[in-house]
Amino acid sequence: MKAALVRFLPLLLIALAWEIAPRIGLVSSLALPPLSAVLSAWFELLRDGDLLINGASSLYRGSVGLALAIVVGAALGVFMAWWRPVNAFLGPLVELFYPMPKSALIPVTVIWLGFGDGSKILLIFLGCMLPVTVGAFNGARSSEQVLVWSARSMGASRMRMLWDVVVPSAMPEMLNGIRTALALSFILLVSSELIVARQGFGYLIGSLGANGSYEAMFAVVLTVAFLGFAADRAYQLVMQRVLRWRQ
Amino acid sequence: MNDRTRETLETERALAHRVLAVVGWVLARSIAIISLLIAWEWLARSGTVTPFVLPKFTAVIERIWNDALAGDLLVNTGATLFRAIVGFVIAAISGVMLAMAMSRVAAVNWLFDPIISVGFPMPKVAFLPVVILWLGLYDVSKISMVVLDAIFPVVTATLVGIKGVEREVIWSARNMGAKDHELMWQIVLPAALPQIMTGLQVALPIALIVAIVTEMMMGGYGLGGGMMTASRFADSRGVFAGIVEIAVVGFCLVKGMAILRRRLLLWHQEAMEPSTV
Repeated sequence: MKAALVRFLPLLLIALAWEIAPRIGLVSSLALPPLSAVLSAWFELLRDGDLLINGASSLYRGSVGLALAIVVGAALGVFMAWWRPVNAFLGPLVELFYPMPKSALIPVTVIWLGFGDGSKILLIFLGCMLPVTVGAFNGARSSEQVLVWSARSMGASRMRMLWDVVVPSAMPEMLNGIRTALALSFILLVSSELIVARQGFGYLIGSLGANGSYEAMFAVVLTVAFLGFAADRAYQLVMQRVLRWRQ
Repeated sequence: MNDRTRETLETERALAHRVLAVVGWVLARSIAIISLLIAWEWLARSGTVTPFVLPKFTAVIERIWNDALAGDLLVNTGATLFRAIVGFVIAAISGVMLAMAMSRVAAVNWLFDPIISVGFPMPKVAFLPVVILWLGLYDVSKISMVVLDAIFPVVTATLVGIKGVEREVIWSARNMGAKDHELMWQIVLPAALPQIMTGLQVALPIALIVAIVTEMMMGGYGLGGGMMTASRFADSRGVFAGIVEIAVVGFCLVKGMAILRRRLLLWHQEAMEPSTV
């Protein structure tokens, strides 16, 4: 407890500086509203329901897009490692699109699916798929040949081998890929909502900022930042649990 | 003399083989990309989708060509590259410096460790409106956003690298009389270079993503700004031209970084291993 306090003391100090600096006029309270004002604005937003409505729609878009990306991306990566022709064909495409800055897709998905949920889900799906694919591919490719051979000599069918040998050995790298995808999904979600949306956290931040209610804007920004942090921590816990068999 | 001609013949033959191998490899790799482009063109011409949803690939190329002739392409690409690369370089240098300081000075580590571990997984794009509020709409705020996003992977990777340097190497350097700063610059940093390069390879695409998002948000010159302008005027050719340009720029930068890594790490055993995506 005490160790944790010492460790996270710098964050407390920052919070304290945030509260004091605008109060004594070190910075304008327009540029940086005091932390307490931000917190009360947060409760205000929560009571209005603004936070919940926009949060639910962001959460819906993010989770559907990410789930699609994980399922399709992982399947693609494993199949690329499993069947050489698939790799020969798709490998160059993955290599071409992997380094593409995914934010470039924002206007394109708007052209295809408009301003609503569909375009954000498509954006997150397309943007987050490749890190999962590359992770699953690298993991599955490096599955130990000895394991594959012994499974085969014990009479495992091709499908069984895929499921029992290749997929588990692809797991660690694939889970790392998913972690990258999780971080990317937040970035893409927030930026696409900031740029074109009528709902969601990003939209709320943008419209509050445009109205000049900076306390509330800071409150939503902090909420999103905290959610991103919490999602990553929760995912790490899940990852440790899933990989416990490895040791 | 005979020996000599045979030797040149053999080297020529080996060279021809290598050229053929490279050409074959490039052809095999490009089949998928070419068929994707053909499928795009065919789908756009077949009339199943409107030209607004998917303009013809040839029309998009024509648009890029016109932009290039008008000079817009150069200005926009230059602006985006300038912001992304300046931000990336600042993040790289200050990130490595910060990690070095953190690994040597306990107080610095105490101050920055929680900030890094909490800040890394946060979506920093959410702070974009705050940065606009503080620094305005121009290059300073765009580059600051890039630095803010790109610095975290550099710091964490450098920290991991420094921590992983073998004790024996450090001890023997100390034994031979290396001073503290010599130890840092000549032993620890080179030994940590593979991890540092990995961090930089993570940071570079992030720098590009953020540069483009900030341009989309704030407008003005730049590839992202150009795409947003095109999108506002429902000019879908312009949007698709933007995405092709951005894909090419991203591909070149990331490949360049991979080549730089191989160059810098020639002495390291990983240079022998086959590279992955």
